Amino acid sequence: MGQIDQNLRIELSKQGIVTTTMQELYNWGRRSSVWPLNFGLACCAIEMIAASMARFDIARFGAEVFRPSPRQADLMIVAGTVTKKMAPMVVRLYNQMPEPKYVIAMGACAISGGPFKQGYNVLKGIDRFIPVDVHIPGCPPRPEALLHALITLQKKIDGQPLTGEDRPRHLNADLPSEFLVPTYGPNDLIPASNLTLWRPPQSPVAEPAEVPLATNAEGQK
Amino acid sequence: MNPFSTEALLAALKAQLPGVTVELQRNEAPSAQHSWLIAAQDAVVVAQWLRDKEGFDFCSNVTGVDWPTYLEVVYHLYSIEKRIGPVILRMRTGDRDKSVHLPSLTHVWRAAELQEREIFDLYGVIFDGHADLRRILMWDGFEGHPMRRDYVEPDDYEYEPTAHDHVAERASKHTTGGAE
Repeated sequence: MGQIDQNLRIELSKQGIVTTTMQELYNWGRRSSVWPLNFGLACCAIEMIAASMARFDIARFGAEVFRPSPRQADLMIVAGTVTKKMAPMVVRLYNQMPEPKYVIAMGACAISGGPFKQGYNVLKGIDRFIPVDVHIPGCPPRPEALLHALITLQKKIDGQPLTGEDRPRHLNADLPSEFLVPTYGPNDLIPASNLTLWRPPQSPVAEPAEVPLATNAEGQK
Repeated sequence: MNPFSTEALLAALKAQLPGVTVELQRNEAPSAQHSWLIAAQDAVVVAQWLRDKEGFDFCSNVTGVDWPTYLEVVYHLYSIEKRIGPVILRMRTGDRDKSVHLPSLTHVWRAAELQEREIFDLYGVIFDGHADLRRILMWDGFEGHPMRRDYVEPDDYEYEPTAHDHVAERASKHTTGGAE
């Protein structure tokens, strides 16, 4: 990385000598072949399909290989409304994907419940149960927005160091790669969200009792 | 669609099956889609007569209605063969809690199977004679029937910066715990 002077590198490449680093090569390979999981939940999936066809051509970014099995996929595009009934299956699919794996939450429903947020049957955002890398707003988002999300994800992958404190989850054995699958309760999912991943937003004014964000050793308990 | 008089068809029904209790419910709107209110015990006989004698071979829709003192099920029937329709059948339950049984018409029109399940799921009408009466949209183990007006939603309100109307109401209920 920082071992070789940038100008020297450019000079060398003019002479036909290409220098690179393990990290660059590794991330270049990963970001250039992000294979999405072939799965859609609602109307956003139609935009996802449009993005994969000739007009928008997601193949330009190496992400055209929609895999029909989570075992072969790198990217889960949560395209559409996640009902509470569907949520455990989505989490299970995510758990079955091999690391490194990424999630794009596509559209208003997937990021927040969207127009169904106040309903009894729709999950208020898939980030309650699985870690989301890129959120796309829109109802539904245009295919360009999905392409932009993919580019954003590629930039994120490019910036991931292979070693050190900031290395991504798949290179850190201490971090989990599977997440809790909720079960069905009488009215709602149990639990309603994975609190290690997500905390309910706090009202700036009126909430009576503050939920502590984390219990630490210095706390009252 | 051929011209078709639901009144004439009802007269023919009453002439051929004198014992059944069927009442015409008029719809005064421009569509004039009058419906037949049938007694639950006569529903299967009437349905079989419509299918076998009058060629109503297509059940396009089954839906539920939640009235203040009873639940209602509505069937929309067409004849593909004669290109007429719709005949609209209505059935009412005795009340909203205990007497919610109605006869299933799935063995007359197979198309009613999923929709009767949906009505069972969302309104709580129990269809006697249905081969596979399970919940269809909500999961097994779900409590209540969400399309009924008396369904109480789980209190899963979350802070929203621009809460208004019923969402604002829900917010105040959530924060005060139902007081006010």
